[in-house]
Amino acid sequence: MTPSRKQRLFLVLFLVTGVIASVTFALKAFQNNMLFFFSPSQVYAGEAPESRVFRLGGMVVEESIKREAGSLTVSFIVTDYANSIPVLYTGVLPDLFAEGQGVVARGQLSDDLFIAAEVLAKHDENYMPPEVAEALRISREAQK
Amino acid sequence: MIPEIGQFSLIIAFFLSLTMAIYPIVGSLLNKKELLLYARPMAIGQFFFIMISFFSLAISFLLSDFTVSYVTYNSNTSLPFFYKFSAIWGGHEGSLLLWLTILSVWTLLVSLFTKKLPERYISLVLGVLGIISSSLLIFTLLTSNPFERLLLPVSDGNDLNPLLQDPAMVMHPPILYIGYVGFSVPFAFAVAALLDGKLEKGWASWMTPWTVASWVFLTLGITLGSWWAYYELGWGGWWFWDPVENASFMPWLAGTALIHSLQVTKTRGLFKSWTILLAILAFSLSLLGTFLVRSGILISVHAFATDPQRGIFILALLSLISGGALFLYAFRARTIKDEGSFDLVSRESFLLINNILLIVSVLVILIGTLYPLFLDALGMGKISVGPPYFNLVFIIPMIPLSLFLGIGMHASWKKTSLSKLINKLSLLVLLSIIFGYLILDFTFGVSNFLTLIGFILGLWIILSSISKPAEYIFSNKLKISNFTNKLWGMTVSHFGMGIFIIGVTITSTYSIETDRSARVGDSWDVGIYSFTFDDLRSVSGPNYEAQEAAISVFNGNNLITQLLPQKRIYSVQQSPMTEADIDNRLARDIFVALGEPLGDGSWSLRVQIKPLIRFIWLGAIIMALGGLISISRSLSESVRNKYD
Repeated sequence: MTPSRKQRLFLVLFLVTGVIASVTFALKAFQNNMLFFFSPSQVYAGEAPESRVFRLGGMVVEESIKREAGSLTVSFIVTDYANSIPVLYTGVLPDLFAEGQGVVARGQLSDDLFIAAEVLAKHDENYMPPEVAEALRISREAQK
Repeated sequence: MIPEIGQFSLIIAFFLSLTMAIYPIVGSLLNKKELLLYARPMAIGQFFFIMISFFSLAISFLLSDFTVSYVTYNSNTSLPFFYKFSAIWGGHEGSLLLWLTILSVWTLLVSLFTKKLPERYISLVLGVLGIISSSLLIFTLLTSNPFERLLLPVSDGNDLNPLLQDPAMVMHPPILYIGYVGFSVPFAFAVAALLDGKLEKGWASWMTPWTVASWVFLTLGITLGSWWAYYELGWGGWWFWDPVENASFMPWLAGTALIHSLQVTKTRGLFKSWTILLAILAFSLSLLGTFLVRSGILISVHAFATDPQRGIFILALLSLISGGALFLYAFRARTIKDEGSFDLVSRESFLLINNILLIVSVLVILIGTLYPLFLDALGMGKISVGPPYFNLVFIIPMIPLSLFLGIGMHASWKKTSLSKLINKLSLLVLLSIIFGYLILDFTFGVSNFLTLIGFILGLWIILSSISKPAEYIFSNKLKISNFTNKLWGMTVSHFGMGIFIIGVTITSTYSIETDRSARVGDSWDVGIYSFTFDDLRSVSGPNYEAQEAAISVFNGNNLITQLLPQKRIYSVQQSPMTEADIDNRLARDIFVALGEPLGDGSWSLRVQIKPLIRFIWLGAIIMALGGLISISRSLSESVRNKYD
């Protein structure tokens, strides 16, 4: 093998190892950071994991937003009109969060309460998060 | 009448672009010279009619013509003049028209500034641009006509989404699109080179200024978007790894790789087929971005009303344009031959490493963005991948990239002596490590290893960039007058990258982010600053009412500023919107956003201290400036040639 070929081989080996290592790492990181989405009915049926972060989506039930005056902690109920899950959140809520509107929350189940670390509402008054729209459609069809 | 003129012009433009697509390509295949001559006039005609169409829509907006459905949905009589104009790209249909308008401008520029290039080759380039333009025109006309009339006219419009009523939002879409769409030019150059078969010798040099110019706009567009999200969305974050952000970032990464690979092809005649592949990839990712953003499959501020028909149409376009180009590439790649060779330690190797790492990061971002959509399409559950994934997998290739970047700049083409390189750079490495540690320890305190690494790497890139012109100034053999614009461009861009890395590292580690409840009269501390809630009052703007808080910020006993965050209610859509107030200095931002009333007179507040966050946007702007400097010569030359 000529020296220049040896060098070329070295470079190729170096690159291949690098690429394989990064892809393996990426897939591992992907698995660890994957967030599943569940509708209230799926959570009710016990499909959602107990001690893992996931996303819950549905509509905020009318007159369900409650907070102690002056406190940043707020509770509300998320429904897909078949089942409902109570949610607890501490922090500043997004602008378009309101009763009767679609919402997606990221957090964890604790007993029957969903503790949200982040609450997302839509960006536009006419816009519904597609996951929520889908969850509502499924629960509507199940009730028929 | 005006909307009909607009629509009719769009139809004419379609036929012109179709002619531009068919004649030159058929002409070159059948070797009929007279057919090639159609390309340039068609480019000018297409530009003319698309412009008429664009201004027809603009006039409809400015006159508040609510018989046009698109105007009704995106404007309102009370909307300020400025925003009536920007409302043109406030929705799907108008954004597409903007896309087409920009494509027609790029096409016109190509036809005007390439008179010295071989006629056959440029006709093919224009032909490829014609294929892109005619397919998007037919898409617009069939599925997304911005001039559609309403059956029942309404008295007033729906208004522009309040989030988009902002000066940065007037600029962000056009600038981003200029970059996005600009990648169609290197794409066309690459595909034309493949179609031509014999690969004209100069294609890499011809392609470079167009690629860099698009890249400069894309950089600025992404920066504006990030800055807007920071102060307007009310969260104080500057990057969310939102799929739509990724959709603009992936073409940027691919474009950056392309610029570097072009240097090798241009200077050394190597990496030819790889450069062509990158040019195809960069524009394909731009098209994919358009598909992701416009099809409405993403939850995002950018996604407009969902319409699956449009999504399928764009997907078909994507497979036609990118698939066609890739097919051609597979067919012709064997005939592309590199000239010469290079050593393991050489600038070529470092640029190769740069390319591999950039493309690996495109891949990992692509996986995180598309895999959830893919699973969903197969009905295998709805998942999403959060920022932790992207942060992790993006940082990993970026660490070696930053390290090798500093070395690669000082390596020479073909072969570099390793010991000379070590001699030259070991002092810089040592300085970066020692000063990196000392500065960080003295200012913010060394709190974790990754932050230290990030800071040292940022400093390393800055020092390594500065030492490049310094070497020319202080050396006996080299003269600073020989330091070309291209070298200045490289130096400045890399310097900006160092600033950017330091900004990201410091902001993400040392920011203080708090949510709290407070009422008028309350005082509290965040970091070294004290805040006092002085007052809460009602104010009104041209088309909104707002609650405004007055919050004084003290450092010890010194009043720094009074911040006036607002919660606005826009009168037409009746939706609340947070308008944060920020005290910005180069060293830090103080960010206050007003949340919602909590019942007993107190409000929720978001208070954040963000050190060096300005470095992030500043660094990006410097990078763009470097790009501009590197092509300034070819820009001025082509303008001179034009008027000689």
